[in-house]
Amino acid sequence: MSRGARLWLYALAGLVALSVVRTVTGADDLTSAGTMRAAIIAAIPIALAGLGGLWSERAGVVNIGLEGMMILGALGAGYYTYYQGPWVGLLGAMMFGAIGGVLHALATVVFTVDHIVSGVAVNIIAAGVAGFLAEVFFADLEGGGPTQSPSLERPMSITVPGISDWSADLSAQRWFLVSDLAGLINALTAGLSIFTVLALLALAGTGWLLWHSAFGLRLRSCGESPSSAETLGVNVYRYKFLAVTMSGVFAGFAGCYLAVVASSGYANGQTGGRGYIGLAAMIFGNWRPGGLLTGSLLFGFTEGARLRQGGESVHALLLLIGVALLALAAWQLYRARRAVALLAATVGAGALWWYLATEAVPDSFTEMTPYVATLLVLALFSQRLRMPAADGQPYRRGEAG
Amino acid sequence: MTTVRRLMVGAAAPALAFVVAAAVTSVVLVAAGDSPADFWRVLLSAPDPRDYVAIANATAVLYLSGLAAAIGFRMNLFNIGVEGQYRVATFAGAVFAGQALLPGALNTAATILVAMAAGAAWAGIAALLRVLRGVSEVISTIMLNAIAVSLVAFLLQKVGRRQGETFRTDTIPESSWVPSFPLVPGESSQVYGLALLAVVAGVGFAVLLNRTRFGFDLRATGHSESAAVASGVNVRRMVVYTLLLSGAVAGLIGMPELFGGSHAYGSTIQTGIGFTGIAVALLGRNHPWGIAVAALIFGYLNQQASPLGVTADISTEIIAVTQGVVVLSVVIAYEVVRRYRVRAEQAEVARQLRRERGAQAVSP
Repeated sequence: MSRGARLWLYALAGLVALSVVRTVTGADDLTSAGTMRAAIIAAIPIALAGLGGLWSERAGVVNIGLEGMMILGALGAGYYTYYQGPWVGLLGAMMFGAIGGVLHALATVVFTVDHIVSGVAVNIIAAGVAGFLAEVFFADLEGGGPTQSPSLERPMSITVPGISDWSADLSAQRWFLVSDLAGLINALTAGLSIFTVLALLALAGTGWLLWHSAFGLRLRSCGESPSSAETLGVNVYRYKFLAVTMSGVFAGFAGCYLAVVASSGYANGQTGGRGYIGLAAMIFGNWRPGGLLTGSLLFGFTEGARLRQGGESVHALLLLIGVALLALAAWQLYRARRAVALLAATVGAGALWWYLATEAVPDSFTEMTPYVATLLVLALFSQRLRMPAADGQPYRRGEAG
Repeated sequence: MTTVRRLMVGAAAPALAFVVAAAVTSVVLVAAGDSPADFWRVLLSAPDPRDYVAIANATAVLYLSGLAAAIGFRMNLFNIGVEGQYRVATFAGAVFAGQALLPGALNTAATILVAMAAGAAWAGIAALLRVLRGVSEVISTIMLNAIAVSLVAFLLQKVGRRQGETFRTDTIPESSWVPSFPLVPGESSQVYGLALLAVVAGVGFAVLLNRTRFGFDLRATGHSESAAVASGVNVRRMVVYTLLLSGAVAGLIGMPELFGGSHAYGSTIQTGIGFTGIAVALLGRNHPWGIAVAALIFGYLNQQASPLGVTADISTEIIAVTQGVVVLSVVIAYEVVRRYRVRAEQAEVARQLRRERGAQAVSP
């Protein structure tokens, strides 16, 4: 089966599983159009951050600094959108993100500083700069404050007439599978932000560029074996520098999306670790665009479910997680991987017990859902992954053995 | 290279970094329309006696935090989760101490152990995920930070007492408090007694790293994992032990304040120390003395920056920019200096070879 067909099959299986859980638990908001919309809005910034990570890591530079670049992007979006509207805001966000990218590239590519160290430093600087400039930019504006911008103009959104009304009706019927699918369709056809479309295009465009063009082949060769690339005449420094800068551009876009689509303006601390989650989504997606989108949707869905009727929906998800983990434990036991089986069984049994013993999950716990999901997903899936061979390693021209 | 020149080159890196940080900070201030002159006047003015005490307290806490991060860094393990470990540990310690199960100083000692164990346990999750499932400790510790915030908030509501809008754990009985000691004569505010934990931990870190088998293995693994494996080091076990130790030290961070100031865990807990500790460790090159100097510098900057908003109308956030730029430029400066050294040594060797060859050519 082709990769594409398998992806669709997984998506369908996921929807069926959710539909079953919804029917069994009666947590009807789990797959409602509202939840699906919230899930998409939560997933896109994560996917964009992951896309930034993809560019950087495919060229061999680990980018923990995505979080900081997102912060810069959100700030840039806040400033430029306020004065010149969302499109200039997007460009401003990308520019601010690119500044973070250039900084990271300078440290890691030119000076071969450890990638994690540089990334951490970028995050510290970005948080400081954003905190400082937010006060300079927004403190005296009407509706703004020292830690947040005034509310900003939103980019236009698309509603497909006909399908959107029809899917909204169907979604409200609560039929098995049909209504769940209709909820998803409604979220994609009613009030879909143009930035969401743009983000998906960026993802597809990156996939084409990196895997179907000579440029992409050269860029990826820098991440697999820079010394070989060098012998073939590729200017490894230039490719790495460009890739890390692009990484900043997409992280900036992610920050912009957070500031103008996911919320109504810039606020300090808005990114909330989404840069890191984006990186995790990319790892989950095996350093490929389709996989990272799947990972982002997974994280986005847990976030969306928590935002709408969080206690009830997350409670229902516990059932799904518990059953899935126990099934996985059985499979791993069959494959004679006892340590993993034990881990999965313990967590799975815990989730099931929690589901049965309670009626709803307290708010403090729903808050941590995306983070716990990240850990679980990485713990369960990270074994079959293959990262670019020279990812994270320093490279200096002419030092190949 | 002569010793003098070697020392000068070594000192050049941090000096260069501070010059760069000062320049960047000034540029940012000018760009934002603030006055760099005011900024430097406030920052470089002589601290009051009260400030000396605050700087000493901050330095002790930052030193512990830097140490916790450095233990991992020495083995190329990036424990970004010091913040979460510190939070979980301080909460666990405060709950335990508040129960007053043991009398007086015994309660204090036991609480410190409980906090260390809690910090180690929180770090242990990341360690297990790393060795059993190959999950990067960078991502897992960051996630655990976020989880720690929600988990502690939840537990605090369960076991804490409501006080106005917020919750607090039970106050520690007075017999278990650790008295503060005066630093500046005639000044009412004093340095926390448990700030001395920083000294103990620093000495322990130095001895462990330089005088024990474990420390040797740790450094060896950090330099070259394959070489360490070849010499019989069990890297997986080292990963677990190192992260546990790092978490245990992170558990100490909250103790000076807990026993000397707040006497309970509540919403006033200082946040962000764990992240600053990472910067402190990087600035101090993961070296016991280096971290001490870095902690002092950061403590000084934080304290001196606090009146910025009032006296110079500049946001105190600017100091975070300075600190971040210092960290990034210091690692870059060390790399530049390292390359310079390598080149200088190569040139030296080449010169000696030429001289020997010249001598051979002259002799028959």
